[in-house]
Amino acid sequence: MNARRRNLLQAGSGMTLLSVLAAAGWLQPNTALAADAWNAAAFETKSMDDTMKALGGGTPVQSKAITFVQTPDIAENGAVVPIGITSTIPNTESIAILIEKNPNTLTAIFDIPPGTEPSISTRVKMGQSSNVYALVKADGKYYVAAKEIKVTLGGCGG
Amino acid sequence: MADPMRIRANVVGDSTEVKVLMNHEMETGQRKDAQGKTVPAWFIQSVTATHNGKTVLSAQWGPAVAKNPFLSFRFKGGAKGEKVQITWTDNRGDKRTDEATIS
Repeated sequence: MNARRRNLLQAGSGMTLLSVLAAAGWLQPNTALAADAWNAAAFETKSMDDTMKALGGGTPVQSKAITFVQTPDIAENGAVVPIGITSTIPNTESIAILIEKNPNTLTAIFDIPPGTEPSISTRVKMGQSSNVYALVKADGKYYVAAKEIKVTLGGCGG
Repeated sequence: MADPMRIRANVVGDSTEVKVLMNHEMETGQRKDAQGKTVPAWFIQSVTATHNGKTVLSAQWGPAVAKNPFLSFRFKGGAKGEKVQITWTDNRGDKRTDEATIS
């Protein structure tokens, strides 16, 4: 009983110390924010559903307004697969690339501020042939489009 | 310190097209070396692009982005002679900022 009480007290005082430090600016809120900005929980997910949960969204709606551009049907080298995604959904806030059969599903999230066209392209690694999802967040809702890319030579695990 | 990025920014119509090629290993943490030890993950976690102090694109990346990452995007506005800045931070806390002049 007593031991538990001690622990609780300690935990409590620890919290206060932290907040005091933060208030004093010792914790450098900027660096703390930068570390938080990388959504570790979402990047560690291993399935589409888990990723959606980690991003805080429900089941995304299939949308034809999201298109893949300059994306091959068959990638000869899984280590370098070009992916381009364009969304014509109004108020697109972010575009994410998810690869279903990679060790971790979520590959990249791009935040699109107003004034930037909701169209990005990059290159990703794919371990094996898989569905690639383009997940678009617009007005707080999630939309998705899928494309199957066949990989003839794996890019993960070498 | 990492190698510099190659950035190209061109005016296309009423927007600016930015293409970036970064130099980074983008190690996934899945690979094993000759001794069978896992090669630790080392990859770019966040990328920010700014134009005139305004963020025009920010991204979070996982290790599945390809080695020496390529990125291209467009934003409205931007005139010749203005600068575009790109910054990345990797999971070891290493940082690099480069800028290019819009042409």
